[in-house]
Formats: sequence, structure tokens, C-alpha cells
Amino acid sequence: MKGAILFDSTKCIGCEACVAACKEKNNLPAAIDPKLTAYTWTVVEPRNTAFIRRMCMHCETPTCVSVCPVQAFRKEPNGPVLYDASRCIGCRYCIMACPFGVPKYQWDRAVPIVQKCIMCPDRIAAGKAPACASVCPTGATTFGDRDQMIREARTRLAATPKKYVPQVYGVEEVGGTSVLILSSASFADLGLRTDLPRAPLPMLTWQVLSKIPDVVVVGGALLYGIWWITNRRTKVQEALAEEAAGKSESRQR
Amino acid sequence: MTMTNGRRWPEMSFWRLVFLVLVAAGSVATILRFTRGLGAATNLSDQFPWGLWIGFDVLTGVGLAAGGFTITAVVYIFNLKRFTPIIRPTVLTAFLGYLFVIFGLMYDLGQPHRIWHALVMWNPRSVMFEVAWCVMLYTTVLSLEFSPIVFERLNLERPRRIVRAISVPLVIVGVILSTLHQSSLGSLYLIVPEKLHPLWYSPLLPVFFFTSAIAAGLAMVIVESYLCQRAFKHHLAMDLLEPLGRAMVVVLSVYGILRLQDLARRGALAGLRWPDYEGTMFLLEIGLGVLLPILLLAIPRIRGTQPGLVTGAFLVVLGFVMNRLNVSVTGMERASGVSYFPSWMEFAISLALVAGGFAIFGLAVRYLPIFPQGIRAPREAEAPAWLVVPSTPAFAPGASPAVSQPGARGGTR
Repeated sequence: MKGAILFDSTKCIGCEACVAACKEKNNLPAAIDPKLTAYTWTVVEPRNTAFIRRMCMHCETPTCVSVCPVQAFRKEPNGPVLYDASRCIGCRYCIMACPFGVPKYQWDRAVPIVQKCIMCPDRIAAGKAPACASVCPTGATTFGDRDQMIREARTRLAATPKKYVPQVYGVEEVGGTSVLILSSASFADLGLRTDLPRAPLPMLTWQVLSKIPDVVVVGGALLYGIWWITNRRTKVQEALAEEAAGKSESRQR
Repeated sequence: MTMTNGRRWPEMSFWRLVFLVLVAAGSVATILRFTRGLGAATNLSDQFPWGLWIGFDVLTGVGLAAGGFTITAVVYIFNLKRFTPIIRPTVLTAFLGYLFVIFGLMYDLGQPHRIWHALVMWNPRSVMFEVAWCVMLYTTVLSLEFSPIVFERLNLERPRRIVRAISVPLVIVGVILSTLHQSSLGSLYLIVPEKLHPLWYSPLLPVFFFTSAIAAGLAMVIVESYLCQRAFKHHLAMDLLEPLGRAMVVVLSVYGILRLQDLARRGALAGLRWPDYEGTMFLLEIGLGVLLPILLLAIPRIRGTQPGLVTGAFLVVLGFVMNRLNVSVTGMERASGVSYFPSWMEFAISLALVAGGFAIFGLAVRYLPIFPQGIRAPREAEAPAWLVVPSTPAFAPGASPAVSQPGARGGTR
């Protein structure tokens, strides 16, 4: 099973039980920051008439996994994108590159690590929903198999089309995410990026990186070839010059 | 040694003072950076995680050191031996440039003590991983390319001969590694199409970074020769530097055309607004750093004069620095939702590192055979080369005829 969280913004009442559960589950300081930080991995933001949860989207082809030079991030087959702090060198490419602005840094520490929602992998492995989904009193945050959650979301769209924007956010964005969002307000109004490509972002860099072996082989041959030609030319010229010098010397004698 | 006697120091004392101030400020900032952390020392944030140290120390530092692979390729691969005299100062500049980058990175990384992780924990899908490996390997190549100078100074004939024997493969490896990571620094930004402003985001970023680095690397050779002339009372070898100016016109033109063509094709020029922030910075970058130097350097009467050539080169370097900072800072600000300006500590550390680079360059010139006499005729010189260097100005016109003598073989071969 590939787990996914479905967040239905129309059901969210902004009680922040999910935030509190997340804090407790992950031993984070109790104070809730208004935005995502290294110490607050999910927030409920009031936006006009609706609430929107912010958290790691757990992409199917995550940008953070691709950019990290030391493979500190990995995508689990059952959904979560995990972070191994013991590998991290602190280059912050993940923070810079994440299209959802999720990984956060411990800016207040001398030896900081990156932090983000990890979708309670131990709970998922035990067959339970992540802490946030398990405490939600209204069913705004639910958890289940990704395909089933997509079907469930589409069922809701079909049942009450007037209630929703006719799209499930996260099905196709940057190759799909393991957090799916339904909303009555436009996604842009909720502060979600609507300009993201459907193809996973790592494709953009892989297109270039995959050409490296070609550059090495072709470049090496080309450079060696140029050297071979120019060097030979110099040698021939030197030999001719020597020959000419030898002749003129012998003539002088 | 005539070089180290008193006469020059009083003139240099202003710069010594500047150096000491920068080192002092940099030391304070260093202590704060490593005791209080990045949040206290920098103006970086979750919204703006990469700032001056990435934009200037890394992106700019690597690019300005590109003269190293360009000039070695010109001399060893293209066999244009008359440029041999500028190899040593250029390789020295490149080597120091890469050390500058690595030191800068040690400040920027949150966990610098784990920098070795990139050696054992591979992620071949990461541009950063590739850059890390290339920078590391190329720094090794540069240290090998630089080593004959040290061997010569220490009269170690055997190791010097070994390095000389592998010089061509070494240069080829260096050129390939440089091509890869110079362009990859641009590829770092390919993954943020939704964040980097369309005036700078392009699928061609790696090509732009590579081409502009060649121009900037060549410009740095001229700038560095000019600074040496000021510091060590050398004369500029205009006969060697003027052709570099010409090459810069070609490279910059290719770069400029690629940039404008790409902008036009992507329709990004329609988004160019004057006087908005990005538009102004873009026009300054292209106008001052690309178009103006092309104009100046394309005119033989300007390129052929020392002030003209040096001005052109300075503009190219300026334009290059602006480009890298525009990509890494200006172009990223709007999407981040915050504005970023470096803290005094970020400036202090970058400047102290630059000052350190200058100081080491000065020391190297003083104690190692960097300038032509040492290269051209190490065997002919009676005295050890480093003694010969100071008494005869390296870039003196008098030295040039011997230097550009056809058929003369480079001593480093």
C-alpha cells in the first residue's frame, strides 16, 4: 500500500488538533509557530473563508530526494519522504529547491539540521494513520491508500460539485504527491502553487546530469584529438626549421 | 632579495591596513558564525536559504577561477606556446580561487565537519553531488598543475619531471572537469523554474554559466596581471593580454546572443520592465557587463591600450559577479516573498577570504617562481629562479621578445 493523506479544506474547522498531535508525536516544542518552521511541522492557516493545512506534500518523485548530495532524503514505498539527519551536511539545497517550501532549518542552532513532516512512518508501518489524521475531529484530514484516497476525493467532487473546485490538488502536481487537497476556494487563494509543472522537477536536472558520460567521452576524445593535431603541427614545423637550418649551415661550409 | 627590501612596503601599507581590518572583522565574524550558528550570523532564512556565500563565494569564485582551465587548454591543447608566461599566475589564481570556494563553503555548510560525506554517500541524481566531486577533483588537478612551481623552488627534479610527463592528460582532465562543474553551477538552478525570475531562469542555464565563466576567467587574467603590475611594478605584457581581450569579445558575443535569443524565444523580454527591481538589475548586468565591454574591446584602439583593456576586463568581471548574484539573489527574491541583504558578518567573511587570497598570492609571487623568468628559462638561469624573478619585472617589454620567441618551448612541459 502507498499511503496518502487527504485534506478536505471544506471540513476543516481550524481547531489545530492535528498540530498539537504532531508536536506531541515528534517531541517538538509546544509553542505553535504561525508558519512552518523546524519546530512546527504542520500548521493550519486561516485563508479568507477557509483553512488550509501546511505540511510536507510527500511527493511521488521528491525534489529534495533528488537534490540532496548525500542522500539524506528518501522516499518510502509506502508514502513518507524521510530525512536522515546523520547524513546531512547542511547545504540547504533541499530548502532552496522544494517547490512547496517545506524543509525548514534550525537557524537558531550552531550545528543545525533540516526538519519537516515525515508522515509518522512508524505509525504507518504499524498500520495506523499518521498522528494528525488520527486526531482530526471532523474528518478533514484522513489517511489511506493513495489510489483509494484519490477515488474518495473524486467521489466527493462528483457528489457535491458545487461545494468544490473541480480538481484534486496533488494528483498531478510535480508528478503527484502523497498529500491530496480538496477545497471550495481556489487553490491559489489558499496559497498553494498553481504554476507547478506536471512532470517531476528532478527531470529538469536529470536531463543535464545524464549527459555527463557523453561530455566526458566526447570531450576527452575531442581535446586529445586537438592536442594531437596541434602538437604534430608544431613538431613538423620544428623539424622543417631544423632541416632548413642544417641545409643553410652545410651550404655555408 | 631586491624584491623584499624596504621601498615597496610603505606604498603597500594602505593595503596592509585594509588587509588587517578585513582579517580582524572576518575573525570576529568567524567566531560568531561557528558559535552562534547561521541564523545569528547571516540574514538567511527558510525563505531565503542561499545568500552571499553561495552567490559570491561559490558561484562567483568558481567562475572567476575559470582562467585556469582556459589558459592551460590554450597552451597545452591548442599549443599556443606564446601564452606560456601567463600560465603560472593563472594557475595560481585558479588554485587560490578554488581554495577560496572550499573555505567559503565551510562557512556556508550547516555541518562543515561532514563535508566528506559527499565522498562516501553518493547521490548521482544531485547536481550538488556532481559539483562537489568535480570541484574536489579539479582542485586536485590544479594542485598538481601548480606543483611544478613548488618542486622547482625546492629543486626536486624527479617529481617535477613526473608531473611534466602527465601534463597533457592532466590538462585534458582539468578542462573536462571544469566544463562539467562550471555548467553544473547553472544546472543547480534548473530545478527551481517556479522560483527563479524568467529573466534568469532558462533551460540553457548550464550553457550560460559555462560561456560566461570562460569570458570571466580570461578577464581575470587581465585584471590579475594589472593588479600585479600595480603591486610588483611589473609592466603589462600587452602582446599577450590584448589577444585575450579579442577572445573575450568573441566569447561574450556568443554569450550575449545566446542570452538574448533565449529570452526572446521564451518571451521573457516581454516581462522586462523598467524601472522594476529585476528589470533594472538585468539591464545593468547586460549593459555594463556584456554590451559595454564588447563595444570597448572590439575597438582595436581601445583594446590595444592598457587602460582600455583593463577597463574592459574589469567590466566583464563586474558583469559576471552581477550575473551570479542576480541568479542567486535578485532573481530568487520575488518568489521567496522576502528581501535579502547580507549581514555585515556575511560581508566580513567573504571579504576576509578574498583578502586572504590576495595575501597568499602576494606571498607566492615573492617566494615561488610564478612569473616568466622562472618559467621560460629555469635551466639557463644561474641563480635559482625565485631569485631571478624580482630583479627582472615579469611582464616587462624587455622580457616579452624572449617570451614570444617562436618555437620556444614552455618550461612547464
